[in-house]
Amino acid sequence: MFQSPEFTNLSTNIQGAGSSDVRRALSATRLTIHDLAALLSPAAEPYLPQMAQRSTEITLARFGKTTQLYAPIYLSNYCTNRCVYCGFSADNLIKRKCLTIDEAEKEAMILHDRGFQHILLVSGEAESAVDIEYMEAIALRLRDKFAAVSIEIQPMSEEQYHRLFLAGITAVAVYQETYNREMYKKVHLSGKKSDFDYRLETPARVAKAGMREVGIGALLGLSDWRAEGLAIGYHLAWLRKEFWQTAFTVSFPRMRPAAGEFEPLRIVSEKNLSQLIFALRLFDQDVGLIVSTREEARYRDGMIGLGPTRYSAGSCTAPGGYGGDNSDGEQFSVGDHRSLEEVCAVIKEKGFDPVCKDWDREFQAGSNLL
Amino acid sequence: MLRIAGIDFTSRLFLGTGKFSSSTIMAKAIEASACQMVTVALRRVDLENPDDDIMSALKGREYTFLPNTSGARDAKEAIRLAHLARAASGSSWLKLEVTPDPRTLLPDPVETLTATEQLVKDGFIVLPYMNADPILALKLQDVGAAAVMPLGSPIGTNQGVLTDSMIEIIIEQAKVPVVVDAGIGAPSHAAYAMEMGADAVLVNTAISIAGDPVAMAAAFAKAVDAGRTAYLAGMGQRSKQASASSPDEGKLSTDLGFLVEK
Repeated sequence: MFQSPEFTNLSTNIQGAGSSDVRRALSATRLTIHDLAALLSPAAEPYLPQMAQRSTEITLARFGKTTQLYAPIYLSNYCTNRCVYCGFSADNLIKRKCLTIDEAEKEAMILHDRGFQHILLVSGEAESAVDIEYMEAIALRLRDKFAAVSIEIQPMSEEQYHRLFLAGITAVAVYQETYNREMYKKVHLSGKKSDFDYRLETPARVAKAGMREVGIGALLGLSDWRAEGLAIGYHLAWLRKEFWQTAFTVSFPRMRPAAGEFEPLRIVSEKNLSQLIFALRLFDQDVGLIVSTREEARYRDGMIGLGPTRYSAGSCTAPGGYGGDNSDGEQFSVGDHRSLEEVCAVIKEKGFDPVCKDWDREFQAGSNLL
Repeated sequence: MLRIAGIDFTSRLFLGTGKFSSSTIMAKAIEASACQMVTVALRRVDLENPDDDIMSALKGREYTFLPNTSGARDAKEAIRLAHLARAASGSSWLKLEVTPDPRTLLPDPVETLTATEQLVKDGFIVLPYMNADPILALKLQDVGAAAVMPLGSPIGTNQGVLTDSMIEIIIEQAKVPVVVDAGIGAPSHAAYAMEMGADAVLVNTAISIAGDPVAMAAAFAKAVDAGRTAYLAGMGQRSKQASASSPDEGKLSTDLGFLVEK
């Protein structure tokens, strides 16, 4: 099993890097974990333009002039966890809703008609609302309408992931939120999610279950973002060794104001976020890097081609938000409110191809035993 | 330290025993190389004959004895040879070679994978000789190979590590030790493989046909050590373009003007 390094040691290692370490990392063709530490360090900050340049070159070489697009569908905001940073936290007095299968399909078809071929199904953790049977039923309902259906829901067992894989789900995102064990305990007050190790082991269970893609990440704003980045690097490298047939992505959820009035514990600036993205791109040339609509349009436009490979667009983070007319009960407020069309237009303007379809339901057809 | 199947090796140089002018020279060369792993072709030795020249030259020394299936044309033949070798020698170690083309002696990937899977099930410690194919390396690892042995160039050619781009990927991805085998014709080739991060190299022809095989064996030992030390020391990178040594140097086309401080 993956052993997450002691968080304070990660911070210390990063702080120990000097500019010669940064230069070495910048000229390396295959970066070590020590190179990643250097690129995440304060010593690398003056080299941000050089990092951007390398990241741009690598991203172009490995992914070409393309940006993938997807949209989330929030299935349910019921949640039994109490997580201080999340709008869905059980303590929050928000309007709770769990879509029926028909409602979920209706939301999905709205996105489908807007041009989306890749959707991400999201929910809070409440077995009474969203369980394996519910997810399986939705997957079976949607699998033939989309090229790819991913999920970001509560951690499940390997066997349950395999069931969902057979039902048509191809990718699972499960973010550790923070690799800082102590901070994890502090912000996850109660509920199943408070088990740090079970969550940490989830990406491996997903990969074992046969999923094509696993997404990892940390919530930026809870702890030292540099150390989170290095922990992600360790986790990613371990996963790559163990599961060579699985593709990996990293997301960069930077904390935004949410219901419950939680303010980020650490401020992560756009420069910090960019340094993290460039560093991970240099460390792993082929990992998918995802920037969601948490970020503002200006930032997302500026980053096209510089390292990120996948954007969400036209997102609403409340269950039923696409068909309904308000955003009550949303997980977080988005920073980029543009439609898919508008985002595509900017991507094209930059000389890139907006890619809505980068998978095909036929890949899953052979595995359909249900 | 290099560890394969629970056994530790201080030397990262493995030797083949073919093509020596005499078994006495072979024994001296092995001694001079300080190697701890020796491969012997089953087709060449008579394991059941205590007076076999190669076997008696190796007797009484502390080697891990690695019989190989050189000459096997398919998985079936290799598996049969392997079982014969274990019955005669009592050792489960096996260098699996499946080489249907007697001219090039290039390894058959399909038969090698089949044989590895079966031999692992039969309890062998299998080190398959393979082309420098990263996917094959991972598949061999997945079916239980104890190490993988990608070739540097066709066996006996002394051309060096021509497959370095692929071997780099194998080294990066494999969880099992990577032993570069075949084609290593000079100590500098061995050093190069070790600098790349190979766990060990296997050398035969370059030593056995050298003017002075004993001196050459010692030279290889030094080269393997030097390469390993350099790898651990962290090599500087080669680069086609000059790289900026200070933040202000060099022209940059990437525009970060969109970033704001928040």
